[in-house]
Amino acid sequence: MTPDRLVQSALLLSLALFVIGAVGVFLRRNVITVFMCVELMLNAVNLSFVAFSRALGTLDAQVLVFFVLTVAAAEAAVGLAIIIAIHRHRDTLDLDAFNLMKW
Amino acid sequence: MNVLMEQPYQVLPFLVLALPLAGFIVLALFGDSIKRQGESTGAGYLACGTVIAAFLLAAWSIRSLLGLGVRAEDIRFAQPSLGWPPGDPQRVPLPWISVGGLEIPFALLLDPLSSLLTLVVTGVGSLIHVYSLGYMAHDEDRVRYFSYLNLFTFFMLLLVLGGNLPLMFVGWEGVGLCSYLLIGFWYKKKSASDAGKKAFIVNRIGDAGLILGMILAFHAFGTLDLVDITSNAGSLVREHLGEFGVVTTVCLLLFVGATGKSAQIPLHVWLPDAMEGPTPVSALIHAATMVTAGVYMVARLAPLYHGSVTASTVVAVVGAATAFMAATVAMVQTDIKKVLAYSTVSQLGFMFLAAGCGAYGAAVFHLFTHAFFKALLFLGSGSVIHAMGGEQDIRRMGGLLKKIPVTAGTFAIGTAAIAGVPFLSGFYSKEAILAGTLGAGRLGPWLLGVGLFTAGLTAFYMTRLFVLTFLGHFRGDHEAEHHVHESPWSMLIPLCLLAVGSIVAGYHWLIDVPGFLRPVFRLPEAHPHHVGWLLPAALLVALAGIATAAFLYTLYSDVPERLVTRFRGVYRALTAKYGFDLAYDAFASRVIVGGSEKLLWKAVDTSLIDRAVNGSGELVDAVSRRVRLLQSGVVRGYALLILAGTVAILGYLMWPR
Repeated sequence: MTPDRLVQSALLLSLALFVIGAVGVFLRRNVITVFMCVELMLNAVNLSFVAFSRALGTLDAQVLVFFVLTVAAAEAAVGLAIIIAIHRHRDTLDLDAFNLMKW
Repeated sequence: MNVLMEQPYQVLPFLVLALPLAGFIVLALFGDSIKRQGESTGAGYLACGTVIAAFLLAAWSIRSLLGLGVRAEDIRFAQPSLGWPPGDPQRVPLPWISVGGLEIPFALLLDPLSSLLTLVVTGVGSLIHVYSLGYMAHDEDRVRYFSYLNLFTFFMLLLVLGGNLPLMFVGWEGVGLCSYLLIGFWYKKKSASDAGKKAFIVNRIGDAGLILGMILAFHAFGTLDLVDITSNAGSLVREHLGEFGVVTTVCLLLFVGATGKSAQIPLHVWLPDAMEGPTPVSALIHAATMVTAGVYMVARLAPLYHGSVTASTVVAVVGAATAFMAATVAMVQTDIKKVLAYSTVSQLGFMFLAAGCGAYGAAVFHLFTHAFFKALLFLGSGSVIHAMGGEQDIRRMGGLLKKIPVTAGTFAIGTAAIAGVPFLSGFYSKEAILAGTLGAGRLGPWLLGVGLFTAGLTAFYMTRLFVLTFLGHFRGDHEAEHHVHESPWSMLIPLCLLAVGSIVAGYHWLIDVPGFLRPVFRLPEAHPHHVGWLLPAALLVALAGIATAAFLYTLYSDVPERLVTRFRGVYRALTAKYGFDLAYDAFASRVIVGGSEKLLWKAVDTSLIDRAVNGSGELVDAVSRRVRLLQSGVVRGYALLILAGTVAILGYLMWPR
């Protein structure tokens, strides 16, 4: 496999993962699932970063990946904590039930 | 101590100022405890003491100042200022205001003019203080009264002693404040507090002109020091009639201030109302001292006024018009103090007439003699009111001569002095003014005519007042007649001393006021206008006025009423005081109040400002009502919006251009 094809395949995979994640966010009602879909989108982006890094021969994008991983870890901690708190409060994980914060 | 002995005029003026101020501070701070301990009379003695001591110190310093010059023509003046070491001419005076190029030291000016005024203020002032001891003996609030009186004396001295315009202005405003406080002294009486407010507001109008004049003077001359301004004014080119140069503008603006303080047309309306105050206050503030401040200022800036024919003419014409107008109104007044109030307005008009014609010496001479006889007349009227138990209407008096002979006798001297009876002070000063009018060029004969006629009116209304009050039969009820009694000695002694002053103040050989003041005005030597027929004419006019009034109000007492019915229109114009008050009231209530209500309140405030304020709020409210629907609470909706936004931004960035 030539390097160009490798990058192309990686980007296509990244796109596929991102779309799966996005569709999951919009269509699924379980908060945990939505949360995991968000993680999926983040990782899709990470993959595209790594691919570009390889294509361009620089390490800049790989540094960004580490940032994304760090933020994702922090976000996972906060997000899961919020989910647990909401679940204790409302006894459900249905996203559509959480609609009190509105006009 | 050296300076005090060698140059007392460098130090003592400050002491003269400090004494009444100290009296005020003590009385103001400890007034309540003085009252609680029943020592109100002591407060009066303290106030009298400070003013009498100030008079003695002033006399001492002026005596030493006058010992300076060798020739009579020399201007002998001192500019005492705070600084160290005292008396050293080289020292830097203590700065009072120092802003940019403006350096105003706290410096005084002691020269013949301010000396004379200082002596009048402290001399007549101490007599009136003593009189007040008797007059206010039964008033609950006499501690407050004496503290105001002391404060007034301080500010009046600051006004006449101030060495630059701003310092003079502080005194000017201060006496205005005290005038307001003392007119409204019996503040529980609505008319008194109204009169106080009126005096204050009318004076503010004049003061606006004074401030503008001061600013312009600094702009034009670069200094506000009185000596600098007047000594440089000689080099200015004289501005002719109709020429509105800087000197004319400064003089006219300052004269606006003078019309307010000295009750000249059109700002004279406050002085008659000021009679609501206690009578000694009317004597001190509204006859002898404060109201003459305008004349003092014009005389002080004589070289400046000399430099503008227009301003001088305006001063003379306004003075003559005021003198005539007030004299005619005084003829029909029935309140003893109102007659004297209009008489004061009229006499102040005479002073301005003289000043406008260039006879500044005559103006201040009349100021000097007027201080004596008008203070005498006011204090005499106070004694009459005291005797009548508060009655002020001369129609209910009469025949008081036998009941209160000392008051009547001194009042007669005052009446004769103001009417222009020979060998009394008023005769000499009025004659000097009439002679001075001839120096006014083409307008001179007209002004002289008005002056002569007004002098006749003066004699008429003063004789009328005297006759109605003291001669004939008592016209009040029986109880009032029984109550009539002579005043205590503390009131009669000032009356007698002022009566002596009213006689001798005009004598050349005793004190030659115009000659004494001549160096101050720094004017080119004027040709004395001696007209042979002037003296007999003045005499004739005065005697005619006296005789007419005496006949009309004793022998032919039905004639005045017949005249009133015959000339009803004239009489109504006079009793309405030519409608000045009505016109101002109409202006105030129709234009100002109406304009404020209909235009400013209803049109501008309610429908413009309020609508703009409320409208902007309502606009935000209405927009938000729709925008908030976006916040639906559906989390996936938000996610969709975020996606849509991201796609839109990316699409915009990636759009091929």
